[in-house]
Amino acid sequence: MTGDKRDLWMWSAHRISAMVMAPLVLVHLATMIAAVQGGLTAAEILERTRGSVVWAVVYLLFVVAASVHGAVGLRTVAREATRWRGVGLDLAALGIATLFIYLGGRAVLGVVL
Amino acid sequence: MIGPARRHAPYWAFVTQRVSGVALALFLPAHLWVLGLALEGEAALDGFLRWTDQPMVKLAEVGLVVLLAVHMLGGLRILSVEFLPWRDWQRTLIALSGAGALGAGALFLLNVF
Repeated sequence: MTGDKRDLWMWSAHRISAMVMAPLVLVHLATMIAAVQGGLTAAEILERTRGSVVWAVVYLLFVVAASVHGAVGLRTVAREATRWRGVGLDLAALGIATLFIYLGGRAVLGVVL
Repeated sequence: MIGPARRHAPYWAFVTQRVSGVALALFLPAHLWVLGLALEGEAALDGFLRWTDQPMVKLAEVGLVVLLAVHMLGGLRILSVEFLPWRDWQRTLIALSGAGALGAGALFLLNVF
């Protein structure tokens, strides 16, 4: 795949992940604002998420979308701010996305199991 | 002559999008790692949450809420500019993004303390 084609895929992934995340971010913000009322405890968080298929799906989707979006976004910033280009940069972005998905997957498992 | 970029609101919207995005990308791995503490049991997560009870941490969290909201609202503006036919109301989205982000931050601030 040429660099230009990769750029187009990256841009598409960035915009699609943004569209997926918009409602998820609203849910996340509303949940946070409600959850911090009266203090935040692990018990309160886990009571909501443990054993919940719905929260598992929502957060997994959030993790994948945020990982793709963040990795591509950081790649864009690197291209704008530095001279880094090409396959090396794209592989670094892939590495960041993989790291985020790994950490996010652990986080979802942690609160859902 | 158009003049220096910094005299234009869309320039500051661009800067805000980049800065908030990088800040959120730096915060995200820490956030996911903390939630992953739940894998070690409720007490591990709770131990960390006790640390977040401090006023300075809560203020930092308000900042994070503002960053997330401004990035999302700014992103929705970008999506509308890129995917919808241009309309004059899209110029107002910059101010609305700022206002919305501060509103979200205020809501969180009122509930976290």
